[in-house]
Amino acid sequence: MTFNWDLVWSSFGPIIGGAVTGTIPLTLASFALGLALALLVALLRLSPNRLLSAVARFYISVIRGTPLLVQLFVIFYGLPSIGVKLEPWPSAIIAFSLNVGGYAAEVIRAAILSVPKGQWEAGHTIGMSRPQTLVRIILPQAARVSVPPLSNTFISLVKDTSLASLILVTELFRNAQQIAAFSQEFMILYLESALVYWVICLVLSTGQSALERRLDRYVAH
Amino acid sequence: MSPTEPSNTPEGNSKLVLSARNLAKAFGSNEVLRGIDIDVRRGQVVALIGPSGSGKTTVLRSLNGLEVPDAGTVTFGDADAGTVRGSGAGLTLDFAGTVGKREIAALRDRSAMVFQHYNLFPHMTVLKNIIEGPLQVQKRPRAEVVAEAERLLARVGLADKRDAYPFELSGGQQQRVGIVRALALKPQLLLFDEPTSALDPELVGEVLGVIKELADEGWTMVIVTHELAFARQVADEVIFMDGGVVVERGPAAEVLRGPREERTKQFVKRLQHEV
Repeated sequence: MTFNWDLVWSSFGPIIGGAVTGTIPLTLASFALGLALALLVALLRLSPNRLLSAVARFYISVIRGTPLLVQLFVIFYGLPSIGVKLEPWPSAIIAFSLNVGGYAAEVIRAAILSVPKGQWEAGHTIGMSRPQTLVRIILPQAARVSVPPLSNTFISLVKDTSLASLILVTELFRNAQQIAAFSQEFMILYLESALVYWVICLVLSTGQSALERRLDRYVAH
Repeated sequence: MSPTEPSNTPEGNSKLVLSARNLAKAFGSNEVLRGIDIDVRRGQVVALIGPSGSGKTTVLRSLNGLEVPDAGTVTFGDADAGTVRGSGAGLTLDFAGTVGKREIAALRDRSAMVFQHYNLFPHMTVLKNIIEGPLQVQKRPRAEVVAEAERLLARVGLADKRDAYPFELSGGQQQRVGIVRALALKPQLLLFDEPTSALDPELVGEVLGVIKELADEGWTMVIVTHELAFARQVADEVIFMDGGVVVERGPAAEVLRGPREERTKQFVKRLQHEV
């Protein structure tokens, strides 16, 4: 087989473009929203109110027990049949946020529980309310514990956004697919897109290490 | 006078800071407090001693609202000039009724606690640990609070540790920061929960030294401790508890040198043998 170098170079542009205008913003928006949702769900799950805790448990169970692709299709292709019609981008962001919300909630819950009870008590004895203690004393410590597992979720999300190509979101993989269909050079295009995903994840791993070092500065080594 | 009733010593005339009556608390079927009375007067140091499981720590935690008793009352007198916490009028909580968040917060507002395991905030520097309460809760001006924290740190010999994180300090240093964190709140009453129990023996002295200085300065304190020699030195009154009741109370020298009750005698003898 002769290797089509021209195609390799000319297709990098659209693929990286898809990463910059599709994959990366989709990942960032979904992760930010998902994390906020996860914190809320984790707090509901930890609530002494049984109903709230049960609602949170149910949500986590559904998200973790069903495929992401199915969740994506229910929102984009399913909802219109009950009159809710969403564009590809909002559908993707909603699906990915809900998904991150379910997985990260358990991480955050475990991280909150890992902070010793004495820290809550110390917060209370200096006069802080529960929410104040949570925000100023507990969550900063929980953050340190949850960075490695949340980084996994984040890196998985980068790759999972390729599923959005199936609901017509123009992102990295959809651009690669379109060039591949046109040129019939499947191997080249799919390897190229794999490479770009890999580079993004390498950069994120480096960022993760830096963040872990920063949060570890108050821990004995 | 019965040895189990609050004493009516000469300082009986000075102002009551705290008066707890009939505190009762059970964890499940385990009754840890069975009717405890405590009076603490201004400038007085009260030492709570007793074997493990006697309920002394639960009493201390009840005074700060970390435990909510099932019954009994806790009354704080009017605040002194100079205290920030609990400024203003007195406060009575009756635990037999429902006690809400607001009441517990008001109770907490009168005292400050020093923990056995220090419980410093590991993600904050020494200075931030100290100014967190005064700044975030009491909303005092930052410059004033920082200056106060620096002054207190210098007093306990830790001026150079201002920007260190707790993990960089020895246990004795961490506990001195814990004490400064409590002082910075300017409470009416200082509560110490076995402040030296987690320390290596060679570090106990530096912490007890600081507490003794505070006692000499006239701070009002309740101390749960196993250090009988120390209790004899600093405490005005010693309360010996066992099985959730006060077995004996009185001036430190009397209770520790010549206890009247058999259980107190045995306890004092045992601890002295250990030393």
